[in-house]
Amino acid sequence: MEQSKKRDWSAFLRGMQSVIGLLGLCVVLSLLSPRFLKWGNILNVLTQTSLNAVMAIGMTFVILTGGIDLSVGSVLAFSGMVTAGMIRAGFNVWIAVLAGLAIGTALGFVNGLSVTKGNVPPFIATLAMMTMARGATLVYSNGQPKSNLGKAFGFLGQGRILSIPVPVIILFLIFIISYYILGQTSTGRYIYATGSNEKAAKLSGIKTDNIKLLVYAISGFTAALTGMVVTSMLDSASPNAGTGAELDAIAAVVLGGTSLSGGQGSVVGTIIGALIIGVLNNGLNLLNVSSYYQQLIKGVVILVAVLIDRRKR
Amino acid sequence: MPLLEMTGICKNFPGVKALDDVCLTLDSGEVLALLGENGAGKSTLMKILSGVYTMDKGQIKIDGDVVDIRNVWDAMKLGIGIIHQELNLIPDLTVYENIFLGREKRNPITKRIDKAYLKQESNKLLNRLGVHIDVERIVKTLSVAEQQMVEIAKVLSMDCRIIIMDEPTDALTTDEVRNLFKVVRALKSEGKGIILISHKIEEIMEIADRVEVLRDGKYIGTRVVSETNADELIKMMVGRELKDKFPKVKIPAGEVVLEVRNLNVPGMLHDISFELRKGEVLGIAGLVGAGRTELGKALFGFYRYSGEIFLDGQKIKLTTTSAAIEAGIVYLTEDRKEEGLFLDKTVSYNMTLATLKAFTGLFGKVDAPREAQIVNDYVRRLRIKTPSIYQSVENLSGGNQQKVLVGKWLMTRPKVMILDEPTRGIDVGAKVEIYNLINELKESGIAIIMISSELPEILGITDRILVMHEGRITGHLADFEATQEKIMRYAISAGGMDLGTK
Repeated sequence: MEQSKKRDWSAFLRGMQSVIGLLGLCVVLSLLSPRFLKWGNILNVLTQTSLNAVMAIGMTFVILTGGIDLSVGSVLAFSGMVTAGMIRAGFNVWIAVLAGLAIGTALGFVNGLSVTKGNVPPFIATLAMMTMARGATLVYSNGQPKSNLGKAFGFLGQGRILSIPVPVIILFLIFIISYYILGQTSTGRYIYATGSNEKAAKLSGIKTDNIKLLVYAISGFTAALTGMVVTSMLDSASPNAGTGAELDAIAAVVLGGTSLSGGQGSVVGTIIGALIIGVLNNGLNLLNVSSYYQQLIKGVVILVAVLIDRRKR
Repeated sequence: MPLLEMTGICKNFPGVKALDDVCLTLDSGEVLALLGENGAGKSTLMKILSGVYTMDKGQIKIDGDVVDIRNVWDAMKLGIGIIHQELNLIPDLTVYENIFLGREKRNPITKRIDKAYLKQESNKLLNRLGVHIDVERIVKTLSVAEQQMVEIAKVLSMDCRIIIMDEPTDALTTDEVRNLFKVVRALKSEGKGIILISHKIEEIMEIADRVEVLRDGKYIGTRVVSETNADELIKMMVGRELKDKFPKVKIPAGEVVLEVRNLNVPGMLHDISFELRKGEVLGIAGLVGAGRTELGKALFGFYRYSGEIFLDGQKIKLTTTSAAIEAGIVYLTEDRKEEGLFLDKTVSYNMTLATLKAFTGLFGKVDAPREAQIVNDYVRRLRIKTPSIYQSVENLSGGNQQKVLVGKWLMTRPKVMILDEPTRGIDVGAKVEIYNLINELKESGIAIIMISSELPEILGITDRILVMHEGRITGHLADFEATQEKIMRYAISAGGMDLGTK
């Protein structure tokens, strides 16, 4: 047990400054806007954040191995569109959702294949997938959204269990599973090892190619899952869904203290990073800051946070 | 008046007194060796002199004048040049571009780089060093020794009067070392002052005029080389006497464990055949590039090969490293930092990575308490000095890092261990510990292949020696007949008619 305690502690310390940042942000916003701390608003923040956070968790797996996944936004759109199309074509909702998730996972797996078997740098491989999946979405949908997907499917994005929004519950489950995989299992260790020193990992008998295939597939899966939730939430699959989402996901990972060169970081950090972005978005909306300024402020916050992190190292 | 005088130098790092009141003098035309174990403060002292670090206290005089060195540029202007252990060349540029990097001569009007002039000057510098390297070659295609010569030429081009070399011979073969020393003597005769950081005493005795010893950040003493001997220096260095440098244990060799027949790896290894017995240490000698590391890695399932490998009489196929580990063959890399360790991770993490499956239970969960227990057990058995098994390995000394890797492989219960340069970059004291460890492994029945570039070590520790040259085995010597000269002769000779790779 000492070991896991130890690991929690170091992850905790690394996450600490972002926690302080998050709490500080909450304090300031609750002083500036009385609406901020309302239960309804908090649930709203969590729901909005859960979309980015689920994707960012998948991204964390990839970044821990020293890779990057730029395709998540497009994979989100494509899998959402396919599921919506299947529902409209009369397929069972469950089957449609499973098909959407399978397609996302498969696209992630293809990313993994390009990176491992094809030796393509992750940036390029996933950039190509980003373009291809977006193109496929546009072809499949003919550029038109697919709406009116029915009540059963709507539960995924709009439903509540014990008054907790379903997207938040999904995030919670994904978080618990990821935390377990990364912190408690041998697979988790292999993921860190691949990012920390790939050569040494290979010479330790770790099949690093398989590990990479796994993390890209995970990232594809979480992107598709987010696609399901977004489509359900809006009751519509838009061909432009998730444009730029990869950058929010990467920002959450980086804000959470995960190193872009791999081998170091945690999903706890990523959740906090996603919350910082979510709270900031929400707060700026509550304060009626124009969307132009919002972008500017978000960028500054990310830069400052990373600068502070750099100086500490 | 000495060329350089450093007095009362102090430097603290968080939690460590790296240097405590250290002094140093250097005359022109002198080679001063700076000797000490890893962590003794040699590199820190030289980094202060070359402006990489600033000192907390102390004084530096050059030609009797107090100088203020606050950064690398200050040091350069004062004529202090350093050749770091990790060479600082741009791999994708040519030799002459590297030599004049940042100081290119340009046409005053067009600002175009005068390549002809740079090439000519580079040639002159290299000729002065007595080496022949095409100045238009891309640096990454050069051998380590050649790259080092380029670094030296670079320092010369800056007109440095004080030249610092940090462990320059570590990656060189015997011949290359001889060549380097020729260059050092030439520089000396030009009146340069040379500081050589080293922990190889034989070399210091050969090349240096004086030797200064540091230990734990403190100045221990200075000796004129002609008036001292290796024993005294070792004693100063480690603070105790080393009784036996090569504690070889002889035990009768058991049955054949590993048999290799006609092993070929295209472009690397040709017709390698040998046997390895239980409780035997088989040495593999040869020059850099002879294919020793490739042989080690081939037996670890790293390359596609043809030929037959038998383990305990059973033919095995080594397609991947994990297949090799499973079969009972492990390979301890020569490059601890790049290929062995996960530096930012803990001792425990590093030690169990190859055997995690054995600790893994339901849902892939690692059994942390059992893991800790076993790691602690190995830490004790291997006498690894670490405050806890959760210390990052980057904070351990080279010798202890090596032991962590040995522990990692022992956990796989290997039948054959391939040790590639197991004592590279390790202090004298720690080397003996590694030798003792090798003996213990041997006595426990593990068959060992030890690849080493240090001839005294290979002669001192192994039971039998294979010599390689250009991917072939060219010599086979029992320990009683082996001498440095014989090994060198086989290492240089081609053996057969067909030279294969070239």
